[in-house]
Amino acid sequence: MTPAANLPEEVEHGLARYRTMLTIRYFEETVCAAAVAGRIRGPVHPYIGEEAIATGVCAALRRDDYVASTHRGHGHAIGKGADPAAMMLELYGRVGGLCGGKGGSMHVADFSIGMLGANGVIGDGVTMSLGAIQGSRLLGRDVVAAAFIGDGGMNRGPVLEALNWAKTFRLPVLFVCEDNRYSASTHSRSVTAGPGFTARAAGFGLPAEMVDGNDVIEVERAARTMVEQLRAGAGPMFLHALTYRIGGHLAQDAAPYRPKEELARRSPLDPLTRIETWLAHHGIETHTLEAERAAVRESIATAERAAQAADFPPAASVFADIQDIGAPQWGA
Amino acid sequence: MGRMTYAEASILALREEMRRDPRVWALGEDIGRGGIGGQYKGLQDEFGAQRICDTPISESTIMGVGVGAALAGTRPVIELRITDFALCSTDEIVNQAAKVRYMLGGQARAPLVVRQPNGMCAGFAAQHSQSTEAWWIHTPGLVVVAPSTPRDNRALLKAAIRSDDPVIYLEHKEMWGVDGEVPDAEETIELGKARVAREGRDLTIVTWSKTASFAEEAARTLAGEGIEAEVVDLRTLYPWDRDCVIASVERTGRLLVAQESVEIGGFGAEIVADVTQHAFGALKAPPARIGAPRTPVPYSQPLEEIVRVDAPKIAAAARRVAAARRG
Ligand SMILES: Cc1ncc(C[n+]2csc(CCOP(=O)(O)OP(=O)(O)O)c2C)c(N)n1
Ligand SMILES: [Mg+2]
Repeated sequence: MTPAANLPEEVEHGLARYRTMLTIRYFEETVCAAAVAGRIRGPVHPYIGEEAIATGVCAALRRDDYVASTHRGHGHAIGKGADPAAMMLELYGRVGGLCGGKGGSMHVADFSIGMLGANGVIGDGVTMSLGAIQGSRLLGRDVVAAAFIGDGGMNRGPVLEALNWAKTFRLPVLFVCEDNRYSASTHSRSVTAGPGFTARAAGFGLPAEMVDGNDVIEVERAARTMVEQLRAGAGPMFLHALTYRIGGHLAQDAAPYRPKEELARRSPLDPLTRIETWLAHHGIETHTLEAERAAVRESIATAERAAQAADFPPAASVFADIQDIGAPQWGA
Repeated sequence: MGRMTYAEASILALREEMRRDPRVWALGEDIGRGGIGGQYKGLQDEFGAQRICDTPISESTIMGVGVGAALAGTRPVIELRITDFALCSTDEIVNQAAKVRYMLGGQARAPLVVRQPNGMCAGFAAQHSQSTEAWWIHTPGLVVVAPSTPRDNRALLKAAIRSDDPVIYLEHKEMWGVDGEVPDAEETIELGKARVAREGRDLTIVTWSKTASFAEEAARTLAGEGIEAEVVDLRTLYPWDRDCVIASVERTGRLLVAQESVEIGGFGAEIVADVTQHAFGALKAPPARIGAPRTPVPYSQPLEEIVRVDAPKIAAAARRVAAARRG
């Protein structure tokens, strides 16, 4: 699957973003089907419809920069460069999973690429990302962090504390609010006061911008500009990315609480359609896109087959990695 | 040997560790001016505002930042002022610090110390006088330490900072000004090791934190009555030194656990249950515990005295245990 030679750099990048977004999309479709079928246990929060945000923001980061994710974390992990096959093993609870099968969907993490983890507690990734930066500063490292948070999570106290804290200590943290309009089954606007999140962030002194979160080119442009400023010492910034959760809150959630008209209005805004249109506009032929899709689909299918065939972790791993002092013993 | 206070001993420990390891730093409210117990006095002058970091009153974020900073390779000492306010960061302690290593399959660790002065603070009433050790002991992943003397505070804090596990470090709110001998030479105490504060053949009193001094006082009173009590100061509450406690009970045949915290559902119950299970044959009398009644801590002095587990109450409980027979 070699794209036509000598593409302009801009189009090469567009294709690379497209591949990342496809990887997220097919990964999510695959694990949702597996969750519905009962092959994957526990909650799975699909990132379908929001792929452009993780892809665009992570593209603006270095490998050693940090990402702090949310409960809806697969996209952030893939965006930052985590191996989808290792993530598949994790969701299947198998040996070789990112966390040895002990975390599952809500804890996918890869510290080798600065991916601090999805998180089962809303808002905690945000405060932890500030610490990762404050610690790194003490060690003389010039890294930055992107801290993702949902529109619902914007109402948690620690997130408000974090806005104040990041500004007080001028930490190079990019807050990224992924506004998919919903907080589980609740329309977020119905439980959120004030003129909006950019105004809220500005109230703490953070430069804040709103972007179309379904447009990966726009997201990356905005994130790059902000990350450059962060690295130059400008202090924390806030990116409000508007998007829409195409699926349910969980794999099994049919989201009957959403008005039909709303869905009909939102569907054409699918970020994958958007980047495909952009690529076509830049001369990429339909069969090239088709080939990209087939290749990614095949690699995710291969990852799932491998995960289903993989071993479960050894029983003794229940007792591994708890603590050194006073570690509980197997069989004790 | 020099004399210094419990607070000064902890300053010494932190200074020694911060000089030794540039990854060690502290964060919390008002610590630049010394902290509420004076336990950070002078440190900001030596180490600057980045390593002795004054924070906003944002307990969740203080703790979240501590966890993130530990994951990034530093060794933060997180000051939460008092344990009652640490409750505002229970989520970050329990859901993040304690289990991040486990959940992430061992790819990261949280080597941090959470200082949260515990116990009563005379006249400060219900929201400033709680003892929370049982809650932390109950949480997998945490080490829990409660120093009872200046010497131990210096040596245990150093060990806690050097530990790769998250440590809940419970100094006692009423002990900052208590003084005692502290060796000139650097010293650490292995976490998980108890101290026999006083030897005796008639019964074992297991205790920790400030209550250790009440237990020793009770033991002196009892000695005048011909009862020789052995006092075991646990120092580390999780993991607690079972070997030391069981060896003592095997010598004395009698066990009393004395704790300041609420007795019901408290840590004393764990010790009594464990010893009963594993050293039943050594017991000459039913093991017992003494702790606070299940009330909030009242403000007015005579009321506060009622719920405080002090030396006379420990002595009275010890007499009952010493006189009791099996079966
Ligand atoms: C502290 C906390 N409260 C509640 C929950 C349960 N919960 C999980 S996801 C969710 C909705 C989050 O909405 P939002 O922040 O907008 O993120 P989205 O799910 O839309 O990506 C809730 C309430 C949680 N995980 N953590
Ligand atoms: Mg949302």
